[in-house]
Amino acid sequence: MATETSGAEEGGLVFHPMDQFKVENFLGDGAVSWYTITNSTVWMALAVLATFALLVLGSSKRAIIPTRMQSVAELAYGFVYKMVEDICGKEGLRYFPYVMTLFMFIVSANFLALIPASYSPTSQFAVTVVLAMAVFLTVTILGFVKNGSAFLGLFWVSSAPLALRPVLAIIELISYFVRPVSHSIRLAGNIMAGHAVIKVFAGFAALLVVSPIAILGITAMFGLEVLVAFIQAYVFTILTCVYLKDALHPGH
Amino acid sequence: MEGELAHIGAGLAAIGSGAAAIGVGNVAGNFLSGALRNPSAAAGQTATLFIGIAFAEALGIFAFLVALLLMFAV
Repeated sequence: MATETSGAEEGGLVFHPMDQFKVENFLGDGAVSWYTITNSTVWMALAVLATFALLVLGSSKRAIIPTRMQSVAELAYGFVYKMVEDICGKEGLRYFPYVMTLFMFIVSANFLALIPASYSPTSQFAVTVVLAMAVFLTVTILGFVKNGSAFLGLFWVSSAPLALRPVLAIIELISYFVRPVSHSIRLAGNIMAGHAVIKVFAGFAALLVVSPIAILGITAMFGLEVLVAFIQAYVFTILTCVYLKDALHPGH
Repeated sequence: MEGELAHIGAGLAAIGSGAAAIGVGNVAGNFLSGALRNPSAAAGQTATLFIGIAFAEALGIFAFLVALLLMFAV
């Protein structure tokens, strides 16, 4: 999608705001194939390493008076644990490790992407679609395994009048299959839009007259992006919980 | 000519983000007016607030996506 690099000469900008999303070979200039180590791969690996470092190193000492790292790790754990318990109930806690993994990966990828000159893997639709499809398949299979054909009751709204139910069933069916689409595009779109806006302001910063305003704009947008990085990870996780709840209790 | 029309279309698609802004503002504003009437119940509803904002915002992101496709893919 962001592979086109036109407009750099005639657009007035020194660089194109979508250039930062280009997937490139990390080691040299070779072509990108499925096994190539790209900048996206590297930053995803760094996100995994950051999660690992925070949770494993943070909780390894188990001090009664926690260090800063330990309290952040405990905060993250408790935050996701409470979210799963509140939405899915007690039996949803079996799937807490999956939800925690998703949350920690997305939140650390989002925050690492805020480092200047870094790469944001969550701005790639390929990455978020895989995450969302994994959630969708998990939830669908889990719903059928747990409830059998009663899972189809999710589409047959028994509280509605009988004449209306077939129409509602079609709408519910469509909205069920749109879930992975909106689930993935929300994350990638938000991150991509935010980073592109920062780059657009950065392009204006080269002009002497507007540069103070542009630098103020970059600062303000960066503050907003820190917020968005967390909120989008939160939203992705909470929607996973909601879908999981639908699979566990399709009746209500 | 076609490329220019695509750019106009991308600009028109950007109107959708304004519509999403109205939706998100509606959700947040109504949450706030409800929360100020009954502050003790507000803390339990923040998850619902974020789900509502996410659903309203998704359609704005779709508009942004259409704009992106018109700019780079058409």
